Amino acid sequence: MADSPIAVEQHSPALQHHFADMEQQRQASSLGMWLFLATEVMFFGGMFCAYLIYRYWYFPEFAAASKSLDITLGTVNTAVLICSSLTVVMAVRAAQLGKRQAQVIYLALTLILGLAFLGVKAIEWTSKFKGHHVPGASFNFEGTIPSHPDQPVDQRHAQIFFSLYFAMTGMHALHMVIGVGIFSYLLYYAWKGRYTPDYHTPLENSGLYWHFVDIIWIYLFPLLYLIDRKK
Amino acid sequence: MATATITAERETYLNQEFGIKSWLLTTDHKRIALLYLLSITFFFFIGGFFALLIRLELLTPAGDLVQADTYNKLFTMHGQVMVFFFLIPSIPAVLGNFLVPLMVGARDLAFPRINLLSWYLYIIAGIMMLHCMLTGGVDTGWTFYTPFSTAFSNTKVIEAGLAIFVSGFSSILTGLNFVVTIHRMRAPGMTWSRLPLFIWSHYATSIIQLLGTPVIAVTLVLVVLERAFHLGIFDPTRGGDPLLFQHLFWFYSHPAVYIMILPAMGVVSEIVPCFSRKRIFGYQFVAMSSIAIAVFGFLVWAHHMFVAGMSIYAALIFSMLSYLVAVPSAIKVFNWTATMYKGSIIFSTPMLYAFGFIGLFTMGGLTGLFLAALGIDVHVTDTYFVIAHFHYIMVGGAVMGYLGGMHFWWPKISGRMYPESWGRLAALIVFIGFNLTFFPQFILGYLGMPRRYWQYPPEFQVLNVLSTAGSTILAVGYLLPMVYFLWSMRYGKVAEANPWGASGLEWTTPSPPPTFNFDHTPVVDWEAYDYEHIPVPEEARVGG
Repeated sequence: MADSPIAVEQHSPALQHHFADMEQQRQASSLGMWLFLATEVMFFGGMFCAYLIYRYWYFPEFAAASKSLDITLGTVNTAVLICSSLTVVMAVRAAQLGKRQAQVIYLALTLILGLAFLGVKAIEWTSKFKGHHVPGASFNFEGTIPSHPDQPVDQRHAQIFFSLYFAMTGMHALHMVIGVGIFSYLLYYAWKGRYTPDYHTPLENSGLYWHFVDIIWIYLFPLLYLIDRKK
Repeated sequence: MATATITAERETYLNQEFGIKSWLLTTDHKRIALLYLLSITFFFFIGGFFALLIRLELLTPAGDLVQADTYNKLFTMHGQVMVFFFLIPSIPAVLGNFLVPLMVGARDLAFPRINLLSWYLYIIAGIMMLHCMLTGGVDTGWTFYTPFSTAFSNTKVIEAGLAIFVSGFSSILTGLNFVVTIHRMRAPGMTWSRLPLFIWSHYATSIIQLLGTPVIAVTLVLVVLERAFHLGIFDPTRGGDPLLFQHLFWFYSHPAVYIMILPAMGVVSEIVPCFSRKRIFGYQFVAMSSIAIAVFGFLVWAHHMFVAGMSIYAALIFSMLSYLVAVPSAIKVFNWTATMYKGSIIFSTPMLYAFGFIGLFTMGGLTGLFLAALGIDVHVTDTYFVIAHFHYIMVGGAVMGYLGGMHFWWPKISGRMYPESWGRLAALIVFIGFNLTFFPQFILGYLGMPRRYWQYPPEFQVLNVLSTAGSTILAVGYLLPMVYFLWSMRYGKVAEANPWGASGLEWTTPSPPPTFNFDHTPVVDWEAYDYEHIPVPEEARVGG
């Protein structure tokens, strides 16, 4: 480096023309990602708001419908997602340390865990279709109010629970699908060796996105699966 | 004219590359601004065409020009096109895109490719909207109120909803780009307290775009899902709540009004000091009032729902909070007035639009206070009083600001001067036409004429004829600038770098600017609006 006369002029090939240096570029990307996540919070916020109101109004039906969800699959999926967040962090760490092979392994693991989550979700949805728990003309939810086992639930209110269930988990799953797409892209370029200790912003920012989608699920799981589960 | 020859040969963002590809694949914020200018102008004239049909129908009390169903579609699509495809992108996506990097001394926005993506999303949304309009249209009103939109309307609700959903992403990406650019891309010495007020108002606008737009996005998704799969979330026959829809809708759509008006306030804050030859009065207050409007704007949405069956205690709180928005708005109006006080005012075209803005915005704002009062609101809800009020804000305010800004920065954008006397004439026509169109509507509303009907009792005819006559004058006023702007691109006088003697970094670079904006990264060592030290160029002395 020192013997090259143009050494001071050299900059990373990843630096875009309108930024002064890599630090400015990294900070801009990071702030952009955080702002995007703020918009995502507001996006899901609309549905959480609707959930809050209807759960308050129709608590008995929400409790009954919640009990019909498969808590084992839900718990497994929660564990799967938390593990995938760990592998994302490990992948970013590997990039910071310049370990290409570890990066590739951790990104591949993240992808596998993400797909596993979607697979389990598909199994759950299929059982809802078979059980006529999908809102619409054929909706049918046979159940009783947990606190008064002799009273049947109001079908319409149970349907609202399932409407929100499908809207919220569906929107979450859509984010997962997008995440799987992003991580496939990252895996390819990590394998090509693009991400180095000097430049791994895409990895960091995609990681933020993945953690965000994970956190949404951390809230969805208790709100949808764990209403009134106490014995 | 040696200078003219040099100007002609200089490389600018306009002549650096030619060909359709160099425009459609550009990541230059200035070129994207022009792409937006063309597209929003197109939608402005579509929305205006619907408006003219509405006014023609209302020329006579009987429903004779169009049937009720057609009329419902006309006012719906007028609203949707004007709000989502013209007003919301207008100043931010055109002037903001062009000026934000120039004003902070950057080479481009932080994310140039995302900027281009935002224009493409806008175009995709626009094509969806056009397709929706050409294949039958939509009749829910621009507000998509449930359960009519989800269970009863037999028009293209899903398509219109998805079009607006997509256009929302374009708006979010523009806002995101601005916030990051303002935070991270300022030139050395461009501190927060030296930022032009145009930047402050765009910062506040972007916050609303970022935090508000996703809420209407999810609301429209729920409406579309409900219509397609009968979810029942907003359907009262199945335990759902239409009021919830209204809350979610207005949580965005009230702040959306500030997306339209805040950038116009930013434009006026640039024009007034320049043509008063004085530093803006109370810089900090004008800057902070933009932020205050953005914050308060999120807390007043339910004043659209006073008669919808909301809790009276909630209504009281929302009424009080709505009054609070008047405080930062009034701070701006008083500070512009104080800036002009003892200034040497130049009655140029942009200044005329700024005058128009201040007067009409004040009228719109004060009538907004009438509507924020619970008792009066019950009397005038869903009447032409409301129509007049928000047109004074959106058209008298936002469009005046947009036109003022277009004239002020046209020399920078095109490198040519527009014809000043035609400009002043058009500004006058717009002002007269606007007032003639919308002032009678205040009276009509107060007398009880409801909005959204294609017929009305004969005693309302005189005022309706005045309004329709005004709208044709207004149309002339809007067509004129388009004609002479196009004319000036070829025949206009070549513009200097700083024809108005204005402060601000955008005037330190040649007109039109080179592709990378500045030959050297500018270093700012002066305060904003330092007009005491800038001489008035001959160009700016008009009218005398």
